[in-house]
Amino acid sequence: MSLHLISANHASASAATLAARANRKARGFVSGVYPITPQTECIELLCEEEIEKGAVVRVESEHSAMGVCIGASLSGARTFTASSSNGLAYMAENVFTAGYFRLPVVMMAVNRTLGPPWNIWVDHGDTLMLRDAGWIQFYCEDNQEVHDTTLLAFRLAEDERILLPVLVCQDAFVLSHTMMMTEIPEQEQVDAFLPELRLPHRVTDKPRVVGGLDFPHQNEMHRKQHVEAMRRVLGVYGEVQDEFERHFGRRPADPVVPHRMDDAELVVISMGTTASTARTAVDAARARGIKAGALRLRMFRPLPEALLRAHLAGRKRIAVVDRDTCPGLGGIVWGEVRGLGDAGAVVQNYLVGLGGGDIRPEHIERIIGDLAGRSEAGEPVFLEAGE
Amino acid sequence: MKEPVLSGIAHTPADRPAPVLRPGNTNCGGCGMSIALNFISRAIADRSVRIVIPACCGIVTAGPYPFSSYGAPVIASTFAAAAAVATGFARVAAANGDPTRVLCFAGDGGTYDIGLATISAAAERNEDILFICYDNEIYGNTGGQRSSATPFGAATTTTPAGKHVEKKDIIGIMAAHRIPYTASVSLAHPEDMMRKLRHGLDARGFRFLHILSPCPTGWKSEPAEGIELIRLAVDSGLYPVLEVEDGREWRLNVEPSFSPEALKKFIQSQGRFARSEVPIEDVREAILGIWDDLWTRVGRESAAGRPRRPAPSSKIPPKQHPIAAE
Repeated sequence: MSLHLISANHASASAATLAARANRKARGFVSGVYPITPQTECIELLCEEEIEKGAVVRVESEHSAMGVCIGASLSGARTFTASSSNGLAYMAENVFTAGYFRLPVVMMAVNRTLGPPWNIWVDHGDTLMLRDAGWIQFYCEDNQEVHDTTLLAFRLAEDERILLPVLVCQDAFVLSHTMMMTEIPEQEQVDAFLPELRLPHRVTDKPRVVGGLDFPHQNEMHRKQHVEAMRRVLGVYGEVQDEFERHFGRRPADPVVPHRMDDAELVVISMGTTASTARTAVDAARARGIKAGALRLRMFRPLPEALLRAHLAGRKRIAVVDRDTCPGLGGIVWGEVRGLGDAGAVVQNYLVGLGGGDIRPEHIERIIGDLAGRSEAGEPVFLEAGE
Repeated sequence: MKEPVLSGIAHTPADRPAPVLRPGNTNCGGCGMSIALNFISRAIADRSVRIVIPACCGIVTAGPYPFSSYGAPVIASTFAAAAAVATGFARVAAANGDPTRVLCFAGDGGTYDIGLATISAAAERNEDILFICYDNEIYGNTGGQRSSATPFGAATTTTPAGKHVEKKDIIGIMAAHRIPYTASVSLAHPEDMMRKLRHGLDARGFRFLHILSPCPTGWKSEPAEGIELIRLAVDSGLYPVLEVEDGREWRLNVEPSFSPEALKKFIQSQGRFARSEVPIEDVREAILGIWDDLWTRVGRESAAGRPRRPAPSSKIPPKQHPIAAE
């Protein structure tokens, strides 16, 4: 284990490289890569690394990057790629394919605003667009978490009870291009943590068709299996947390991360780096006598519904901070969690930091102030637009 | 007719015990893709293969889960991604020292149209893939729409009055990538076809085979006449049967007679050409124009052996390049 001052892009690539080498005694590693700002540094580092029994294929599009991962994964190799924003939109068809093929592909996504208008800064709308692709989704808060989540994603994805791809999300520039001290494990530690991949449905010489025609009742059966695999994720994730802690001495965060929730009456829910800011604002509100608390939604798929319900039980006011928009509804996270509080709770949606706008503690403090004065929820509030 | 028809077709002990295309599949009668698959099966013999098939009639062939009309492992890829998915298979096979040969088997839509960028990139990287395009000159799976492989004059459901632009030169496109092997394959010339399929399977790097594949449903032709139609296409010069090594060494494999009668019979045997009423003289003129380039490419600079060009007729209009007129 050693400390390095690196960006989240490099933190993710380092983890992927270690995981890649850890499969050298099995079917090896293949990655299809295509550059897009702000993910580029991640795949550049991957292209520099020497990986025994590994190949990084420089393809012509995101669609093909995932296509290469699909072929390699079906052949039993460990696979990784990275993308962002419009790249993910272009890749989407094959993102769903990897999901519905039940392939343990791991992808790092740098959250970036979908264009047009063109914008390279953070917004969670790109990966939230892939909500229903059948992938596990994590949203990270710092570079160490990006590294650790990339690493554990392979263990979670490749578990025979799961066999689902994992999306590891991090905020554009706030993390992707910001250097932080990050602890990188030794190869032997990763070898011990990550079992070799033995994909049960890997394609062999046996004649069969992968992904052929499915009649309605069979399709329903396959979808049900997928939903059931998703239901097992929370339980298996708990085991992966234990194993990670045993091997590396630090515990990956829970699917929902609480802050000063014990007696909180007002709760701020957010994802990604917004949660760090929310914690600062909650502490400031506490200093003013407001019983505020914060929840960070680290795992978005599967949605840790029971955990959220438990955390939200008895809370009077809930602010859902979305760094995304769902035109016709409001915020996507709000749409997902608004029914999980008590019946009488005021659940108000705030849209902030869209297109990469800075989210400062005073924004969250304003949200807390606004919500404290509400007796019922209103339309989703754009915090800064039009001011 | 220079090649014996039955040579290469008869089943021998050297064949796969289980064919790649199993009996009982639902392909249309007279489907050229079925004929191609039977030859591919024989060429594959006991080789370990993975066949990546994007959206096309060829994946409908597989039939519904959990059955398979394919006697080999088949992977259904998304429409544009066959060459990328095959890349994944080829890289893992290479890394593990597997003897597996990776094939793509795609229609003209997945090759000429939606898949072209991915194929081009895989060719540029010289991936160890045999890409076979069975070209029925139409989106057959969806009921017969035009593709960029649909020939000038052919009526489709999206060009009901006939298509007014020429098909892409896919051999020229692939040869321009200077891949190790590019060839056109005639279903009517089994010995040449088997040689190309076997070479395609065993050669390394990106290999591309183009198979003109009769589609009685789309071509509005008699199912029993498919191979005869291909023979006419070859003989008339409409479908040049050739191979290209490294994009540089062009070789002509079958000498056409450029018979106007063969061309006339080819066109008149298919209902798809009936509505547009393209004058056969125009088609012949266009074919000979294409061969002007081909003769040079195959290294025959002299006029010997070339068909005599008809004197320009006042009836034949100069070559039109209609802009986005369909």
